[in-house]
Amino acid sequence: MKFGILVNEGPYTHQASDSAYQFVKAALAKGHTIDRVFFYHDGVNNGTRFATPPQDDRNLVNLWGGLAKEHNIDMVVCVAAAQRRGICDADEAKRHGKDGNNLADGFRISGLGQLIELGIQSDRLVVFGD
Amino acid sequence: MSDEGGTIKKFMYVNRKAPYGTIYALESLEVVLIGAAFDQDVSLAFVDDGVFQLVKGQNTKGIGMKNFSPTFNALGDYDVNKIYVEKESLAARGLSVDDLLPLKYEDEDEDWAEKDSIRVVSSAELAELLDQQDVVFSF
Repeated sequence: MKFGILVNEGPYTHQASDSAYQFVKAALAKGHTIDRVFFYHDGVNNGTRFATPPQDDRNLVNLWGGLAKEHNIDMVVCVAAAQRRGICDADEAKRHGKDGNNLADGFRISGLGQLIELGIQSDRLVVFGD
Repeated sequence: MSDEGGTIKKFMYVNRKAPYGTIYALESLEVVLIGAAFDQDVSLAFVDDGVFQLVKGQNTKGIGMKNFSPTFNALGDYDVNKIYVEKESLAARGLSVDDLLPLKYEDEDEDWAEKDSIRVVSSAELAELLDQQDVVFSF
């Protein structure tokens, strides 16, 4: 089965991102297909490489990035939600005159159309949120 | 936008939260507006505190936030005209359909007659509607 994943919460405050990550791993292990994970609302905070959790804790940003690389998953951070919350890549930083950028490896910034497209193309869309 | 080969799916946006206090309601509406460009079969459901999103006469001056409720009036023009409000959620909050925005759309199948977009449904009816969907976004 082809799953689409929507993550609506950031790391650590809520378990949603952990649950989504575990779900994706388990689904892939069972032979299902996951082409894209879309990050919306505070979920965009899963895409900042500036996250520095304690060393004895999981690093969700890196876990997502690693999983995406290993399984060639398209990890899309919503541009409108990201702009509100200070998540940007180099292009966005330049466009808005910011003095730095923080999007982690494995993520890309794009629009909500990618989420609707995901709903259309997937057999099931699974939402992880509050 | 990419060509989806004419696939039309049933999308339902389930709005569960109050309009202010958290950003879920506003950002849900942003998805609905973007999604309207995809020519899908779209409906909205309002349950729990989500019913407060549709209350008319909202005034947000005191909290310094933008009152985005007028945007709901535009949904009819985007062919988003199936707006289900759960009866039990209204009743639990002392609300009736008269307290809600009078959302309208023009029915192209009936010579563009103006019709109400809001349909009050029971929890059981909403469960049936949810069961019929291909894609459910829960905000």
